[in-house]
Amino acid sequence: MAPVLWALACAAALIASAPIAVALGDTPQARPAVYGICLTASLALLAIALLALLGVSDTTSVATLPLGIPWLGAHFRLDALAAFFLAVVNLGAAAASLFALGYGRHEQAPGRVLPFYPAFLGGMSLVVLADDAFTFLVAWEFMSLSSWALVMAHHRVADNVRAGYVYLIMASFGTLALLLTFGLLAGADGGYAFADIRAAHPSAMTAASVLVLALVGAGSKTGLVPLHVWLPLAHPAAPSHVSALMSGVMTKVAIYGFVRIVFDLLGPPDWWCSMVVLALGGVTAVMGVLYALMQHDLKRLLAYHTVENIGIIFIGLGLALAFKHYGMSLAAALALTAGLLHVFNHSVFKSLLFFGAGAVLTQTGERDMEHLGGLIHRMPQTAFVFLVGCAAISALPPLNGFVSEWLTFQAILLSPQLPSWGLKFLVPAVGALLALSAALAAACFVKAFGVTFLGRPRTPAAAAAQETDRFSLAAMFFFAALCLVAGILPGFFIDALAPVVQGLVGARMPVQRGVEWLSIVPIAESRSSYNGLLVFVFMVASGMLAAFAIHRLASDRLRRAPPWDCGYPDANPATQYSASSFAQPIRRVFGTVVFRAREHVEMPPPGDGRPARFTVDLRDVIWDALYAPVAGGVGLAADRLNHLQFLTIRQFLSLVFAALVLLLMVLAIWP
Amino acid sequence: MAVIVDLAVQGVQMLLVLLLAPLLTGLVRKVKARLLLRQGPSLIQPYRDLARLMRKEVVLAENASWLFRVIPYLIFAATWVAASLVPTVRTGLMFSWSADLIAIIALLGSARFFLALAGLDVGTSFGGIGSSREVMIASLAEPAMIMIVFTVALIAGSTQLSTMAAFLVSSEVGLRVSLGLALIALIMVAIAENARIPVDNPATHLELTMVHEAMVLEYSGRHLALIDLTASLKLLLYVSLIACIFTPWGLVPAGAGAGTLAVGLTAYVAKLAVGGVLLAVFETSIAKMRVFRVPEFLGAALMLGLLATLLLFVSRSF
Repeated sequence: MAPVLWALACAAALIASAPIAVALGDTPQARPAVYGICLTASLALLAIALLALLGVSDTTSVATLPLGIPWLGAHFRLDALAAFFLAVVNLGAAAASLFALGYGRHEQAPGRVLPFYPAFLGGMSLVVLADDAFTFLVAWEFMSLSSWALVMAHHRVADNVRAGYVYLIMASFGTLALLLTFGLLAGADGGYAFADIRAAHPSAMTAASVLVLALVGAGSKTGLVPLHVWLPLAHPAAPSHVSALMSGVMTKVAIYGFVRIVFDLLGPPDWWCSMVVLALGGVTAVMGVLYALMQHDLKRLLAYHTVENIGIIFIGLGLALAFKHYGMSLAAALALTAGLLHVFNHSVFKSLLFFGAGAVLTQTGERDMEHLGGLIHRMPQTAFVFLVGCAAISALPPLNGFVSEWLTFQAILLSPQLPSWGLKFLVPAVGALLALSAALAAACFVKAFGVTFLGRPRTPAAAAAQETDRFSLAAMFFFAALCLVAGILPGFFIDALAPVVQGLVGARMPVQRGVEWLSIVPIAESRSSYNGLLVFVFMVASGMLAAFAIHRLASDRLRRAPPWDCGYPDANPATQYSASSFAQPIRRVFGTVVFRAREHVEMPPPGDGRPARFTVDLRDVIWDALYAPVAGGVGLAADRLNHLQFLTIRQFLSLVFAALVLLLMVLAIWP
Repeated sequence: MAVIVDLAVQGVQMLLVLLLAPLLTGLVRKVKARLLLRQGPSLIQPYRDLARLMRKEVVLAENASWLFRVIPYLIFAATWVAASLVPTVRTGLMFSWSADLIAIIALLGSARFFLALAGLDVGTSFGGIGSSREVMIASLAEPAMIMIVFTVALIAGSTQLSTMAAFLVSSEVGLRVSLGLALIALIMVAIAENARIPVDNPATHLELTMVHEAMVLEYSGRHLALIDLTASLKLLLYVSLIACIFTPWGLVPAGAGAGTLAVGLTAYVAKLAVGGVLLAVFETSIAKMRVFRVPEFLGAALMLGLLATLLLFVSRSF
């Protein structure tokens, strides 16, 4: 049987377990049964994807099932690109299912989570496998709606209702854009199979429209600024393992959609298209991390930070588009590999961080960092893996986040050879934005880890936290180990991406497997190389050497005493730096422009007993400038049209008649 | 045989930076004191301080976590590895290819990340103020540094420090606008990164103006010794980096004999001394700026770096 059929069977098993979950209802067996099935099916899909990606089984296999539109059927295909994203999706899905085996115990409404969870997983795998526009869009909507149901799992929380509402609107909008994308791609003849689309050669105008529409459609799902507004609302609202999947994996499915349409289906687009992608990527990266820095809700901070990483990925993709257009296929391969490697890396550490946030949430009942603190003493293992995730996402060597950012920087350094003047000015600016976002990300995660896990507990709930369960820890430790392995042995991961990149830009990065000492060499050794393994070994060795020498030769005595704090320690935990105060310097530097941040101090006069008050006013400029007018316009129109509901039957009939006459006239006048 | 020599050179380099680092700090302090018409501590006082601190017991805050105790070793290791990859006397170090300049910057970033966490661990307000200001400074200094790296890398066609130094010493690079801008930016970044006046004052005891000192306020004994040594190493690293990129004369190419190595060593020590004296003179002649003036200072560095990169994108000859 072809690998794609096996994959479809697993996806079908996932979707079929949704009714099983409904049948089991609220029984105690439901949770282990559903998550067990999901874990098994995801692992099977992961194995299928890896076998295809590494070339053990057939790299490309296709299948057509007699489903959907009668004359079209449902086409499925597993090629290198699909295999890579299938692996990313199911790695995240398997870990999330493992995590949920423990985490799901704390779910108050399992009946609202269990049926939709496997459907969501199945939907994501089907999007990646789809090989015609119809199947793709159906799977895409299936994924959107099942994740929407999961966002609404805790629907009694007022914020979640709004999150679900905004998500639904943005998801519909995105699908509309994709629908138009495929409509343009398929042309007037309606060749909806991807093979037909690939064979067609759209005009330059069509290609540009397709690129913009794909950017809007996939971008609204993946959180590209300014289409990111739903993401920080919806991702945190879902249960944490679903948040991890939405942030770590579903955004990658959207990136898959973009890559599939722009690199594979569409012919070479105009040169300026890459500029749009690059500029959006750069802005997204910086805006995402600045938003994240202003948050004190742990899960919302992580969701905003996804926006930043999506920006980094899009910078890689934009560079690849530019290089591809000018025929620099080696550079395009480097940029695309950087982007795709970041797709994998981000799915790993973002899932890990959401798992950690979920563990904190179940143990303390708090998502607000201002109510946490000191958890490193109560939850040492969670703290350790969360720290690994924070270091990885902050692009610190020798972990994995650094490798993909390093590759992106290397790709940027190749871009002076690009002949276009627009790109010559844009690329260095994007490089500066990337560097800025990397530095701000480190600041953001010092805050996230420092305020949540370090210091003293700010509430009794934080002080009474316990270590989380074994399933959750297993999932988190697995991903933490993966962060390290992908960081110190990146060559294997780059080689695994080679067939994907080869298929999309017609070249691949040099083989890394044979390089001495397992270094990675993107172009030539005299130009740049990096060896995570050696850096890691050196760091461990010199740290151990220092510790050994000092403990042996000097002193190893230690005494516990009250904190020093310049002689004025205050026992009240409220005197610690909080999340907002930690971000205050950065808010002052960047926020006054970007968020129109204003600080108000209300100081009562001497003798007045009232407490002094300090408030910060932040505006979301993108919401104010873009969404508020649209929402206002829609509301106004709805108010005006409202009285149409109260017409008499005579008025209704004349309205219908008038509409009919109008449409007939339009038809008559139409050339 | 060649491998053994290479290995020996790499080992000597690691020891050299470790041994010279406190001396450079001592020199800066001495010159600063002399400029203020004070006698000043002896040049080897930093070594004595380190030895004394190492022998003392550690007084650890009651609620300090395991992370607080690990961090001094961690940041020392990251900074030491970074410092031993910057060519000092000889280019073509054995392990120089294991991390290029971007990775060296990122290693320093790792050290800073963990030091900022240490500031938050005990949960005191001074630690917090130090950490939050440090990350604010870093959020501008790091991109500026990356832009400087871009500039030099575009000229040399490589991000490997050894290749860069070899290129800059061998070929006729000449006076370039972009290199000049990069040098100014790099000096500004180096001042900020090493917590020197006017950004931060390494000798301050006025709490509200501290950044680096506030973060490490809770450290004592051997932990503090390691942090001080790390700070010295970082200063040495930046002076070596500036020397290696902008004054590469005297750098010995790989495979040179013992005589040339001696000349190279003398040249390096001389460059360090000049760097230290210049830093001391600069620090004495300028006042510390308010914390919220620092972003303007570093923003200027970032813009200079960006301008330098942009010039190179526009034309290879700038």
